[in-house]
Amino acid sequence: MSEYIEHDKDKISVGIVEKKFYTFAEPPTELVLESGAKLGPITIAYETYGTLNQDKSNVVLILHALSGDSHAAGYYKSDDEKPGWWDNMVGPGKGIDTNKYFVVCSNIIGSCMGSTGPCTINPKTVLPYALDFPVVTIGDMVKAQKALMDHLGIRKILSVTGGSIGGMQVLEWCVRYPDMVVSAIPLATTTKHSALAIAFNEVARQAIMADPKWNRGNYYFGEKPDLGLAVARMIGHITYLSDESMRLKFGRRLQDKSDFSFNFDADFQVESYLRYQGKKFVDRFDANSFLYITKAGDYYDFEKLHGDGSAVKGFSHMKAKFLVVSFTSDWLYPTYQSREMVKAMKKNGLDVSFCEIEAEWGHDAFLISSERLTALIRGFLDRVYNEIQT
Amino acid sequence: MRYDLQIIASWIEPGSRVLDLGCGAGDLLKFLITHKQVTGSGIEHDEDKVAECIAKGLSVLQGDINDEVLDYPDSTFDYVILSQTLQQVYEPDTLIRSMMRIGKRGIVSFPNFSHWGIRLQLLLSGYAPISRQLPYEWYDTPNIRVITIKDFRKFTHGVGFTILKEVAINTQSENRFGKVIKFLPNLRATYGIFLIGNGN
Repeated sequence: MSEYIEHDKDKISVGIVEKKFYTFAEPPTELVLESGAKLGPITIAYETYGTLNQDKSNVVLILHALSGDSHAAGYYKSDDEKPGWWDNMVGPGKGIDTNKYFVVCSNIIGSCMGSTGPCTINPKTVLPYALDFPVVTIGDMVKAQKALMDHLGIRKILSVTGGSIGGMQVLEWCVRYPDMVVSAIPLATTTKHSALAIAFNEVARQAIMADPKWNRGNYYFGEKPDLGLAVARMIGHITYLSDESMRLKFGRRLQDKSDFSFNFDADFQVESYLRYQGKKFVDRFDANSFLYITKAGDYYDFEKLHGDGSAVKGFSHMKAKFLVVSFTSDWLYPTYQSREMVKAMKKNGLDVSFCEIEAEWGHDAFLISSERLTALIRGFLDRVYNEIQT
Repeated sequence: MRYDLQIIASWIEPGSRVLDLGCGAGDLLKFLITHKQVTGSGIEHDEDKVAECIAKGLSVLQGDINDEVLDYPDSTFDYVILSQTLQQVYEPDTLIRSMMRIGKRGIVSFPNFSHWGIRLQLLLSGYAPISRQLPYEWYDTPNIRVITIKDFRKFTHGVGFTILKEVAINTQSENRFGKVIKFLPNLRATYGIFLIGNGN
């Protein structure tokens, strides 16, 4: 996602922010995971922006996607190259207005951006967990986020929001803690991955595991499976774009040359772009985390987990007000999946708004600065905030 | 707010649950929420209008009204409103039946095709009539039905619903002002507005 992040053109920002950590589930009171395995201690990396109001009624919780982190907005230092990944939406006067709301964003467990994951040291062996790290689910991620909220003394959340795998966490929050969540904004997401989405994830995982340097996950003291992870990221990138966006962005244009090289260098711009994105990704992301998080996304099946196979039954446990948003060119989380969610919400009499935004940028559209998405989120949050005040 | 919407608003009991089909930019919903404390939601197919509604704090779904009405449980609403849209509906009887399933009452407004101006145009010019309420040529109109006040009365009884209230008005399409027509409404009114209920 990082290729879209840029400084705010009007220089509006939450300013300097700090990554904080909270550790819990110390043995012997480890967190029991969905698989039955136990995990502890668990550290959660998180950031907060804005001020918690007196009655703690202005909390907005942001849930990130596969490669995201707790750094949703602002800068760590004044000379940072880039702000947080959703800086276009989160800040003073922005869609999620930090003058008004207290925003929390935490890194999911299983990730490598500060929360406990496969690259964390296992206290039992004093070595990185690697594949000894238990498989975590979307539900486990949400349970860990709940522990963080408890630690922060937050009992009501005005709104939970996130896209993609972050959107799955949104649904999970609403079904697990219906009395805590006032409203929710699932973006470009689904109740379960399609075969297409699982297929791409599997090819990406295979690319990592086929790299000899992956070494069954034990690479933390040697060379990393950079080639495998880069290819995995390249595959991911294709699925986040669309035919239209790739045609507009690259077409068949060549990279820094007027004719083919007649070898296997990157001739086309699209090849060069993917290689660059792949290479950049290995500097900041852990291959094992990629395996764990994509698997969590693939396993997620809201209907099966919460409705005995029925979305309508699953949503019957919820109380939140919803704003569902999808994007026309998103073929990874297509609009029909959002519509199915909306249908199940309506059948349960839930208050739901839905908008399908015309966008050429594929799945990535939810991360790109958009006046439309900003206006939708701002208006929805204003409403739910006003409603709880009266 | 449009004159026909003002009349519709005056029929709605405070605090009721309202669904506005084809809610446009949400003027009526906003009015009802502010002045009648209703719980309101809307359905609209145009993305720009849906976005405008949500941005101003309304609960609105983007979709086709004919499909979207199917998902609500029975009697979810006190009123389901269909204003100035019936003339564009492919299966009016199916839609009205759905409205009366999900709502206790339905409110329907439409341009009256038997207004004397329209009759006269057809009689004198021989061309398909174009009015300020229906400002399209035959080949570019979204309006696939021509409805008169008398037709709608007959239709409502035919599908088994009761007319609880009926008002004929004279106003222009986006105008805030107008007047109620009591004498010869089918001939003199530009719009008809009906409140309908389930049977008996």
